[in-house]
Order: sequence, then structure tokens, then C-alpha cells
Amino acid sequence: MTNQDLDALYQEIILDHYKHPHHKGLREPFEAEVHHVNPTCGDEVTLRVHLDGDVVSDVSYDSVGCSISQASASVMTDLVIGRKVDEALAIHEEFLTLMQGRGSVEPDEDVLEDGIAFAGVAKFPARVKCALLSWMAWKDATAQVMEESH
Amino acid sequence: MLAGGYPLVYLDSANTSQKPQVVIDTMVDHLERHNANVARAMHQLGAEASEAFESARDKVAAFIKAPSRDEVIFTKNASEALNLVANTLAWATGDLAIGAGDEVVITEMEHHSNIVPWQLLTERKGATLRWFGLTDDGHLDLSNIDELVNERTKVVSLTWVSNMLGTVNPVAEIARRAHEVGAIVVVDASQAAPQLPVDVVAAGADLLAFTGHKVVGPTGIGVLWGRREVLDQLPPFLGGGEMIETVRMERSTYAGIPHKFEAGTPPIVEAVGLGAAVDYLSAVGMEAIHAHEQAVTGYALEGLATVPGLTVLGPLDPTQRGGAISFELDGVHPHDIAQVLDSRGIAVRAGHHCAKPAHARFGVQSSTRMSSYLYTTPAEIDALVEGLEYTRSYFKVG
Repeated sequence: MTNQDLDALYQEIILDHYKHPHHKGLREPFEAEVHHVNPTCGDEVTLRVHLDGDVVSDVSYDSVGCSISQASASVMTDLVIGRKVDEALAIHEEFLTLMQGRGSVEPDEDVLEDGIAFAGVAKFPARVKCALLSWMAWKDATAQVMEESH
Repeated sequence: MLAGGYPLVYLDSANTSQKPQVVIDTMVDHLERHNANVARAMHQLGAEASEAFESARDKVAAFIKAPSRDEVIFTKNASEALNLVANTLAWATGDLAIGAGDEVVITEMEHHSNIVPWQLLTERKGATLRWFGLTDDGHLDLSNIDELVNERTKVVSLTWVSNMLGTVNPVAEIARRAHEVGAIVVVDASQAAPQLPVDVVAAGADLLAFTGHKVVGPTGIGVLWGRREVLDQLPPFLGGGEMIETVRMERSTYAGIPHKFEAGTPPIVEAVGLGAAVDYLSAVGMEAIHAHEQAVTGYALEGLATVPGLTVLGPLDPTQRGGAISFELDGVHPHDIAQVLDSRGIAVRAGHHCAKPAHARFGVQSSTRMSSYLYTTPAEIDALVEGLEYTRSYFKVG
């Protein structure tokens, strides 16, 4: 690995979100709360979802982990809060594709906004799970709310 | 040389050790010239393979000062050795049987592989799992030993050297108390066997486990040593070839130790490689290896103390610890530390090191761990300290 790769991994945007995370902290109201763990490293997130009809009204979380996992949670909340659930799920898919692309996927800034900064993470297989931790937690919590409302 | 042009600085030996050429050559030679199954092939190669495999057992027995070579059982790794003990104890009858009201004592600094098997055992048998707590400076809290290890205690299982805190535990002292109340003592020597002279009898162990790949041997081979009286009382673990005396359709009788616990074709070349590994360590001398470990550890503790915001978890006196040093660095997560160090060719471990309870005890979720071995040089410690300074500047802390 070169310093260039390292800088590609730790983009300024990621370090900014890490130091100043958005929407952090657990809030009321919420319809579902999940707790996800990365068993290999111990990173953890507790995440709550509040849906208002078909809109993601709030996503709040408490987490411990590395810069990638923390920044990813912050960016994720920016991207999904205020969106319709199906739009947010589409963004989730887009982010997942980027992360699983081993560095070969060109990210779409119009869709992923600050999330494009994670393109460099996709080249580090050991860190992909860090970036996906909170996204997976959000999808799980959202699915639980949707199931209950049916 | 690694990507980026940096030389490798390997500080992850508590995870697995690098291998000397003699281990690699011995394994290649065995596969090229002596490969056959052991104990069942009636031809020249079979005899050579059996001879090589069984002489590896002799070498391991000498390495740990086992009273008898037959007390050395080859397993897949230390986890399997510990699980063999916990499982066969679950099936044991007589003095070793464990039931409701009985207690098993472990410690809060165990590797998960010396916690989970005992949780499974005590849950299955309705017994109670108890443990020694830790002091703030990373030692076992022995203040309640006489209450904790009591007449209900059937097993005391503990690590000799902590893989996270580095602490060297007073195994013989604890074994003395365990034996007073009639409990058996299981020692996880995974981190001790690489760096301390091991004498299983002097340690007070009834059973002792370690793994090959941490003592410069290959993966896929571990060792369980046990006192003959204990091993003879334990029922077989896995059933199959080689572990039998005779088999009829109705029932079988079993081989004596060690074969009773070695069902199926064993890891032959791995055992041969382990034999070469322990011979190599003995030739260097375990006293010398221990002295080197203490010197490098002391040098590393001094170097780490110069890094602002760095806190070492565990004892700070190098004479009371092994070569694994876990630490925290204010403002930077262990994953990120390991990543930046890796970009400079420095290999460390980041995470919970399979010791989540010990991390929880110190209120940390994960840590960074450097671990040295007989090939580690002071220059590599210098590279680590410089790398940590660089990490701090990279993440703009301080």
C-alpha cells in the first residue's frame, strides 16, 4: 500500500464526518431499534428508525468504531433522512454496489453525495465491513418497521 | 519488501510467528521423501513417516519436560485441545464427572477459546462458571482465591500468559490452591510456550495446551499434554481410526494414550514441522529467548511511553509480562492505527484479540497490539514508534 492509497482511503470528507458526525445520538420517537456488531473487530452500532408514513423521518444512532464506520454512519443519515423509503433503499443499493465493487465502480455523486468519498474503501476488503455496518443496521431496522406496519 | 517500498516490520507474532528456514525445509523434505500415512502402512515409507511423526512427539515432550511422551497428544490447535478437555469432561464419569452444583473457575483475561468451551460445559451440565477478576494494573485479582476455588470447584482453567495484557500469571500458586480442593488445573500455554521455558510438572498443570504456529511451527497442529492419570480417566473425544484397540459391531475398546485421543489420519507433516520448530527453539535456548523477549518488551514500553496520548493496557514492568503489548492512542481508533502503520510496512493487530471480556474490564472496545518474538530487533520497535507519531499527525491529533 502506498501513501496515495492511504489518502484515497482517508479522504478529508471521511475524516470530517468522523470528527463531527451528523445526527449522532439516540432520539425518540422510533419504531424499531437494532444493534449490529462487526464480530471481527468489535465495532458496534445501536440504531433507531422513525418512519412517518413512507418517509424516513429520523435515523438516530449511538456507535463505537473506527473512522470509516463512524463517518459512514454520519453520511448514511444525511442521505436517507427526509427521503421516501424506496428512494433511500435505492441509495442503499447504490452504496452497496460501490462498496462491493473492489474499486472498479465509478460512484455517482448526484446519488451518493459525500458517500462518494468511500470509493477508496472498496479497495480495502478488510474495511468494507466497517463502511457497511450502519447501512446494514439501517436496512434491518427499516425492514422491521415495514413488516410491523403490514 | 512490501508495496510502497517499505521493509516488513512484523509485530504480530502473538497472532502467529514467522517460520525459520529449518522448519520449512524439514516439512518440504518430509513431503518429498518420506510421505506416507502413519501407523498403518506396512512399507518402508510408512515406517519413515511413522518414525518422523512419533519422533516429533518425543521432541515436543522434551520441549515441555513431559514425564512421558505418551502424555503428548497432537490436536489441530490450542482451541481444539481445550475443547477436547471440556468435552471429554462433560462425558466423564467418576472423580472427574461434573454436575449440578459443581464449579469451573476461569479468569477474566482468557482468550475466547478458554472461555466458550467452559461456558458450553457448565451450561450442559448445570454447573456454575466463575472467574478471577483483574486488578487495575492488569494482574489477576487473587484476593478471593480461597472463596473462589473451593470444595465445589472441579476445574481451574487459566492462561499462563495473557494474549492481550501480556500478564504472566502465577500458575503454580493457583494450581496449589486448586489441588488442595481436589480440582484439576488446565493451563492455556498458547502465549507461554513461545517465550517461557515450560516445565509442565513445575507449573502444576494437570492438562496444558498450546499451538504449533505460535512456536515457529506450522498451522494445523496443536498440543495437549496431560498427566497420564487424568488422560486415562477421560473418555475418548473423536471416534475413528487409530484410536481403537478393537472394533466389533456391538462395541469397541480403545487404544491407550496418546492414540486414544487421535482419531483419523493426523496432521503428519505439521507435526514433523512442529518437531523441527521446538528443536530450533531449544537450540537457541528458551532462557535466551525469554531474556530477548524481556529486553525487547522493555525497550518497546520505553518507546511507547514517549508517544503522547498513548496508554498501555496491562503491566508496565517488563519482568512481569510477555511480549504482547496492547495499547490505546487518544483520538485514533485501533483499526485506523493499524491501517496507517500497514501503509509503512508495520504489521500489528487491531481489534479485541479474541479477549472481549478483558477489554470490557478496562472499559475499551478494542485496542492495538504489537507483539515481538525472537527475531524482533530494536530498530523495528523504533519504526513502530515513528509510525505511531506519523499516525498522530495523519489524524491531526495533538
